[in-house]
Amino acid sequence: MRDTPLSNCERDFLLKAIEEKKRLDGRQTYDYRNIKITFGTDYGCCFVDLGKTRVMAQVSCELVTPKESRPNEGIMFFNLELSPMASPAFELGRSSELLVKLNRQLERCLRNSKCIDTESLCVVSGEKVWQIRVDVHMLNHDGNLMDATSIAAIAALSHFKRPDVGIQGDEVTVYSAQERDPIALSIYHMPICVSFSFFQQGTYLLVDPCEREERVMDGLLMIAMNKHREICSIQSSGGIMLLKEQVLRCSTIASVKVSEITDLIAKALENDKKARKEGRKCGFAESMPQERITALKNLETTVEMTDLTKQASDIVEGVETPAEMALSPVVPAPGVGQVGAGLQNAWGLEDEEDDEDEEEEEEEDGDEPEVTIVAEKRGNKKKGERPVVIISDSEEEEVVILNPESS
Amino acid sequence: MEVCSSDGFNFNVTLREFGCEQSLLSRPDGSSSFIQGDTSVLAAVYGPAEVKVSKEIYDRATLEVVIQTKVGLPSVKERSQEQCVRETCEASLLSSLHPRSSLTLILQVLHNDGSLLSCFLNAACMAFMDAGLPMSCLFCGVTCAIAMDGQVITDPTATQEKESRALLTFAIDSTEQKVLMSSTKGSFSVHELQECIAISQKASEKIFQFYRESVQRRYSKTL
Repeated sequence: MRDTPLSNCERDFLLKAIEEKKRLDGRQTYDYRNIKITFGTDYGCCFVDLGKTRVMAQVSCELVTPKESRPNEGIMFFNLELSPMASPAFELGRSSELLVKLNRQLERCLRNSKCIDTESLCVVSGEKVWQIRVDVHMLNHDGNLMDATSIAAIAALSHFKRPDVGIQGDEVTVYSAQERDPIALSIYHMPICVSFSFFQQGTYLLVDPCEREERVMDGLLMIAMNKHREICSIQSSGGIMLLKEQVLRCSTIASVKVSEITDLIAKALENDKKARKEGRKCGFAESMPQERITALKNLETTVEMTDLTKQASDIVEGVETPAEMALSPVVPAPGVGQVGAGLQNAWGLEDEEDDEDEEEEEEEDGDEPEVTIVAEKRGNKKKGERPVVIISDSEEEEVVILNPESS
Repeated sequence: MEVCSSDGFNFNVTLREFGCEQSLLSRPDGSSSFIQGDTSVLAAVYGPAEVKVSKEIYDRATLEVVIQTKVGLPSVKERSQEQCVRETCEASLLSSLHPRSSLTLILQVLHNDGSLLSCFLNAACMAFMDAGLPMSCLFCGVTCAIAMDGQVITDPTATQEKESRALLTFAIDSTEQKVLMSSTKGSFSVHELQECIAISQKASEKIFQFYRESVQRRYSKTL
């Protein structure tokens, strides 16, 4: 599937509007879209809505052997996926430039900045350490995937709790969530990415570009920063040339935005913690907006089942029992073997009998009548006296059966 | 969740609380999220759209189903679920109205707490309705689990699925309550199979009623 190409008049309109300091959705130059952060039912699942851009991050952990060069440090693994759901241009399995860029930026932002204490993830030095795996899925692409991804990833890492581990001598016991409370990761700081898009060779700047604006931009500057005003990474792409003052101005804007976003994440985590402590249900189901006309919820319902067992029994009894199966193979004459003699011919039958014992997964597709149909008796093929069954459709007038010489 | 005994005539089984939201994503042509208890799934449909020449069919639309789990790469299990969903959709979509086009259905697991395959089917049907794709009938998925003592549970949670002796999922169509697809795991008798099919058909009525109500609500302002 290909994305619809951008028309020239759309491009001209966008650029002209940007020159007049106007944006398509009415924002100001430095305004972010509405950010909404929700958490899933289990620890480590986070949904971020940046305007219409939607991203989901899931953190999971596993015990693995550590890298040889760092035997007492845990491993962080990032996996970003451009789901075909997010945009018709994304194809599954195709490693595009955008995917590599986003993956690399996420790694730089979170791993190289050492925001997570990896030494606390060590269980047995040199043998077992925790591998923390962050999977980010793009659900809807309306521009600025990187910012949404970094917010989702760091919020999910802050939300995640790993299982408790006990070490007694040589034995390592991993306790489940019911046995011992899981432990949160130790996070030093929260790096957040802020994207700046440049137009007309760096003359005009916009923060948090939407999808249309991204298509007409000349270059992108991504600054990852934490709330202590420390820059974790800077990346400029698109080949634009920026002045020193521009970059410094962007970093000042970024520090303001980052502190706002960090407050938002902290508030969302607080709310979630409070809700869980009160025992309220949390998750995607709860965060579904009720008042919208496109959403509907039904409470637990019972299904009336009077007479259903009787109906089922009737159906089962109505089916005729299949013909007796002969032990196979049958040897009617020396040198001749026969398998499946005297059975009903089931080939080419649309109706099927339902008396198979399913031990493994089975699939039946196509429109089948729901209850099983009585299997038609096709017992007209009495093989009777003949020792050998003729299976061929030969159009020869005479069929000669060569019998072996009776010994 | 209540269970039903297999030798009484008057008994009830329950379906968990379910909810649905349509058109929640702006890029896909149709999207929906379907929630059954704690299991939630997001479905997105693109189509009819351009298809690669290698995949085009001269008289029908090419349907592609992609299932994505939260963690890790898709395995054989996801592929087999994709096949189940694809075959149900092919049976109900009027794909001959869009020859040489592609219809893509993408399903994303948001949380798995049992009855995942039936949640996929329900989300897929709502997404097709949201996209406005022509269908000959609606379909829904119902999962039944047979516990070790023979009790039948509909819409089981993950713990109930693990403790069950058999797990059966049926896709039922809306016009004649026929079984479009069945996917089973475990061993069960003939009688139990027929009972589960009958139970699924009865339960599907509730789900179709829910579809009607949500579409009615959706278009209440315009119609």
